[in-house]
Amino acid sequence: MHPAPSVIVFTTLSGLGFGLLFWLGLGFPAVTGWVAFVFFAIAYALAVGGLMASTFHLGHPERAMKAFTQWRSSWLSREGVCAVAALIVMGVYAAAIVFFGVRLAALGVIGAVLCAGTVFTTSMIYAQLKTVPRWNSPLTSVLFLSLSLAGGALLAGQTLIALVLLPVAAAAQVAWWFAGDKAFVKSGTNLATATGLGNIGAVRAFEPPHTGTNYLLREFVHVVGRKHAAKLRMIALAFGYTVPFVLLLVPFSHVVALLAVASHLAGIAASRWLFFAEAEHVVGLYYGKR
Amino acid sequence: MTTLPESTQRKMGLVIDLDTCVGCHACVVSCKGWNTENYGAPLSDQDPYGANPSGTFLNRVHSYEVQPAEGAAQLIHFPKSCLHCEDAPCVTVCPTGASYKRVEDGIVLVNESDCIGCGLCAWACPYGAREMDAAEGVMKKCTLCVDRIYNDNLPEEDRVPACVRTCPAGARHFGDLGDPDSDVSKLVEERGGMDLMPEQGTKPVNKYLPPRPKDQVMAAPEGEIDILAPLLTPVAEEPKGFIGWLDKALEKI
Repeated sequence: MHPAPSVIVFTTLSGLGFGLLFWLGLGFPAVTGWVAFVFFAIAYALAVGGLMASTFHLGHPERAMKAFTQWRSSWLSREGVCAVAALIVMGVYAAAIVFFGVRLAALGVIGAVLCAGTVFTTSMIYAQLKTVPRWNSPLTSVLFLSLSLAGGALLAGQTLIALVLLPVAAAAQVAWWFAGDKAFVKSGTNLATATGLGNIGAVRAFEPPHTGTNYLLREFVHVVGRKHAAKLRMIALAFGYTVPFVLLLVPFSHVVALLAVASHLAGIAASRWLFFAEAEHVVGLYYGKR
Repeated sequence: MTTLPESTQRKMGLVIDLDTCVGCHACVVSCKGWNTENYGAPLSDQDPYGANPSGTFLNRVHSYEVQPAEGAAQLIHFPKSCLHCEDAPCVTVCPTGASYKRVEDGIVLVNESDCIGCGLCAWACPYGAREMDAAEGVMKKCTLCVDRIYNDNLPEEDRVPACVRTCPAGARHFGDLGDPDSDVSKLVEERGGMDLMPEQGTKPVNKYLPPRPKDQVMAAPEGEIDILAPLLTPVAEEPKGFIGWLDKALEKI
């Protein structure tokens, strides 16, 4: 799959933002006034910034409102509905804390559930696709959710929770990589089933339909990106999980916390880049590519 | 609504004969010709006369080589367009309701004025049947020439998809695959029509007829004498003259 920068930025930042909102909704940390304002401002900047970035890859962003209509069938629509509901509920909750010093605990819990729901619906957009075997797994949702909650805890300064969730997310990441590496073969889709010619003999793509490229090849076949996959996985593991974990063990200071968050973001961006670059769409088979 | 209909009254679709397709790409050209100036936005080209041309097509012809365990390889031309699946994953993922499957004939269409160009339907399609138009920013796909097949302004023989009408080899057939007595259903029955990627669970309406085994040059049975045999025997079995000398000289080196 083509790793579109807008989608990588969106899923990385909004995942982190909704993760932070989740913990704020549950009252970790139970801040008020200006400190609460700064926390919520950061969370909203990440979540809304991510959502805005996601509209950059639309052909017609001006029609984006229509995307709220098909929540009965479409995970993308559900994500939109969930995200807006989460932002509104958390907005009210935040306003009450920041301006009136009142914690509406029940509203916060509802908001937190909606935030986690948003991350889950995002993950389902990918996990539902049978056409991309690497994504078509419940592990994709586990990965997105554990990452979002771990990153959110890190950003919320919840050292203890982050120290537990970062290894959990790292384990989900490694499990997802291992399962993903076998997924395409396990899916049972290959050039023989794609063409239905397998019972005659070994099928080979002889000539593509055209000498140039096309939308399908640009969007779904991204072979170059996998060249440094092994190195990038190590970078993602080191910066996304290990470095923040170690920095959390160091006595707290804002500089160390900032370093931990920056390192986590860089690592997760690398992981998210691989999420797309390594994912192979079955349509590549028709072109003799994967 | 992007939920799929429980069932459709008819299942209009194509039957593509891989045995007869000669790979001329006439269906590709006629498809682009008709659909660039009819239903919805035109099928744009980018850099059409430059170094790196590309464009939107609703139908493309691949070619595959199949090597059986024994015997010569076969070359099979393979036209591919939307299969108008019964369980079309492209429809249910659409967030706006732009993609839909018609109850009356099962055709999968895009309402372009509702399409936000998110591309998720193309991600969900295993066949590469949907292409985002780079100029218009909306998703394009085969409409089964919905603007031809019911068009009273056209002569009756033209009320079939452009690709079917134009195919010089008769490799493309159009009809109701939901009716077991239709010509296309009988053809599928007779020739063992197949689904592409059945494991994806899309239940395609379009069917492909597998290529027949190639004719083999048979050796003459024992005892029978080919009357052409004297004419076909090699003229010179042992090289003679200068060639014979050269052959022997080179052997010795």
